Amino acid sequence: MNKFFVVLAGACLLGGGIQAQSPNMGQISGNFQIDSRYLFPDTLINAPNVPEKSVLNGWGQLNYVNGKFSAGVRYEAFMNPTPDIDPRYKGQGFPYRFASYKGEQLEIRLGNCYDQFGSGLIFRAYEDRGLVWDNSIDGFQARFTPRKGIYLKGIWGKQRAFWTQSAGIVRGFDGEININEALDSLTKNWDARIILGGSFVSRYQIDQDPTYELPVNVGTWAARANIMWKRFSLYAEYGYKINDPQDGFKINNKYVYKPGQALYLSATYSQKGLGVILSAKHIDNFSFRSDRTATGTAMFINYLPALTKQHTYILAAYYPYATQANGEVGAQAEVTYKIKKGTKLGGKYGTNVQFNYSVAHALDTTSLNDTVRLMGYTTKMGRWGDSLFFQDINIEINRKINQKLKLNLVYTFLRYNKNVIEGKANYPIIDAHTAVVDVIWKINDKFTLRSDAEHMFVTTSDDNYFTHNTHGNVVDFGHWVALTEELTIGEHWYVAVMDQYNYGNYESIRRIHYINGQVGYMRNTTRIVVGYGKQRAGIFCVGGVCRFVPASNGFTLSITSAF
Amino acid sequence: MKKISTLTLLVVFAFTAVAFRIQDPAQKLPAVDVKTLDGKTVNSSTFANDGKPMIISFWAMWCAPCKKELNAIADVYADWQAETGVKLIAISIDDARNSPKVKPYTESMSWEYEVYLDENQDLKRALNVNMVPHTFVLNGKGEIVYQSTAYVEGGEKHLLEVVRKVAKGEKPE
Repeated sequence: MNKFFVVLAGACLLGGGIQAQSPNMGQISGNFQIDSRYLFPDTLINAPNVPEKSVLNGWGQLNYVNGKFSAGVRYEAFMNPTPDIDPRYKGQGFPYRFASYKGEQLEIRLGNCYDQFGSGLIFRAYEDRGLVWDNSIDGFQARFTPRKGIYLKGIWGKQRAFWTQSAGIVRGFDGEININEALDSLTKNWDARIILGGSFVSRYQIDQDPTYELPVNVGTWAARANIMWKRFSLYAEYGYKINDPQDGFKINNKYVYKPGQALYLSATYSQKGLGVILSAKHIDNFSFRSDRTATGTAMFINYLPALTKQHTYILAAYYPYATQANGEVGAQAEVTYKIKKGTKLGGKYGTNVQFNYSVAHALDTTSLNDTVRLMGYTTKMGRWGDSLFFQDINIEINRKINQKLKLNLVYTFLRYNKNVIEGKANYPIIDAHTAVVDVIWKINDKFTLRSDAEHMFVTTSDDNYFTHNTHGNVVDFGHWVALTEELTIGEHWYVAVMDQYNYGNYESIRRIHYINGQVGYMRNTTRIVVGYGKQRAGIFCVGGVCRFVPASNGFTLSITSAF
Repeated sequence: MKKISTLTLLVVFAFTAVAFRIQDPAQKLPAVDVKTLDGKTVNSSTFANDGKPMIISFWAMWCAPCKKELNAIADVYADWQAETGVKLIAISIDDARNSPKVKPYTESMSWEYEVYLDENQDLKRALNVNMVPHTFVLNGKGEIVYQSTAYVEGGEKHLLEVVRKVAKGEKPE
């Protein structure tokens, strides 16, 4: 293995040398990232004892482009992985390499491929380094544009599963026609723009189950339409999956043979100063994985993001939602409005207001109580059941007071079903009210101070809970307050101190200040951050995928760079 | 022992990175397809601004500093354009969770930028964007001459300084 590194490093330097002399030899670029930690055990915050003490996640990628040809490799090292990520990542090597050719009409790629069909309802392969997520397909990929406005795509291969590949073979095809582009002379005078698409994805996996007869080929298809007219836009996508008994969805410990379906709708209106979006989805038994035995958040072929606002403030993001792929009905409405500048309400610079409401419920199901080749239940499209999974009502107001001061206010009231979302038992629906005041004060040309104060009040409307609860009237971990002070110095430096205080915990010894300090240096594409402190346990989400991050106490060093 | 070799590799990698930086080859935009907010496919190699500078800014709906930066520039964009002729291209890396919100958001905020969706993150990968915000400044020949991966309050003034220099054909830093 070491020889390979030497060759690679040599190739990099040689490539660089050649490049300096002759630009026709192509272009090399890349990026680099390490996240390392030195950790102490801390029983009070349940930070685990990490025997190796120092841990490291690292990535280094090189891309080579020469005209229509490109190639790349990525080295990854988890030695050992930080305790917040899946321990199956332990190891190091080159899990990603590709070569591709992109001509005018045809693009072909070999090796690790990323793509998505439509909104990702039945297929999405992507990398998210923030989540340490990579479900690339190792195989072939082709994109073909026979004529303007017609786009055909295909992918065929095995999905990455940590340091190996998952059991199934994934094959997918997608076609899309942009009517206005394809028939431009006919549609020249249309107000409307129409895009139609369809896709088919199949997984092959052998059946070695001693008792069940399982489908070796599981096919899914989806059809979509996007219609835009003047200021309106409508997107609809429907997906269907044949019976796909899997470990991640069992009823009474038995495989479910019911086919799955999903519908996603989104309508928007936009004009200067006003944006509105309404969306809805119905998800029924729609977890589609490259290995039917996979559970948790691994090896998904499809992508079902939560239809909720993605909060950025720490306490507002304390209770995030993830789509329940086995069944849910959800809806969202969001209005963004800019109050004009120079008006009484809008002030000198104008004021931005954003309102968001989102909700998710269980499906409305009727149990079939069947026992052989379980169909499990029946449900009707769009009908929701009584069980609330999640609800969030929030408003965000953003206003520039003067040249030196900017203010951002957030209030959110969310209801969180911990039993469903985190797979726990006996929790009531948690009601969390969070208020955020974020002030940016530009002290002078060199210094800017951002102060962010947050408070989260946690309760439940289930009075019954308090009478049976041994924690008194505390729900979950109780109330929190958080304060962040972030000072930026010039273009390149920042210093930040953050305190999250769990003052409402039911155990008085766990009413702890989670204090964290950071110093960061940024220049061009390089960013170096050194930190020290306590990190609370929590759920961290990007897009539709969430992971649990355990509490930790220690030093952190992270470096990212691109070249 | 294995750990040491890994660290060595990462260090070699970092030095290689620095070596490339010093040579500073004129990096141009890759040829990758992105989509307009109307669903049209556009190749990034066709981004152009008549020999004047361009800013390419990667952002996302969930990225607070990105939105602060682009909203701050939106207030002064007309002045920037009049003075330097610069064009700003905003590339959203949002996926299906937030990409439908991009059009209502950017229009309600009255952004006059060219906005594209890079849902599959092909352009993000090709330009080695690790995280957002990540801002590129291109000169009139389409060469990347400046990059920045953070936004600090008032940072748009520094960006304007860079664009001014680039518009005059000077080195930005």
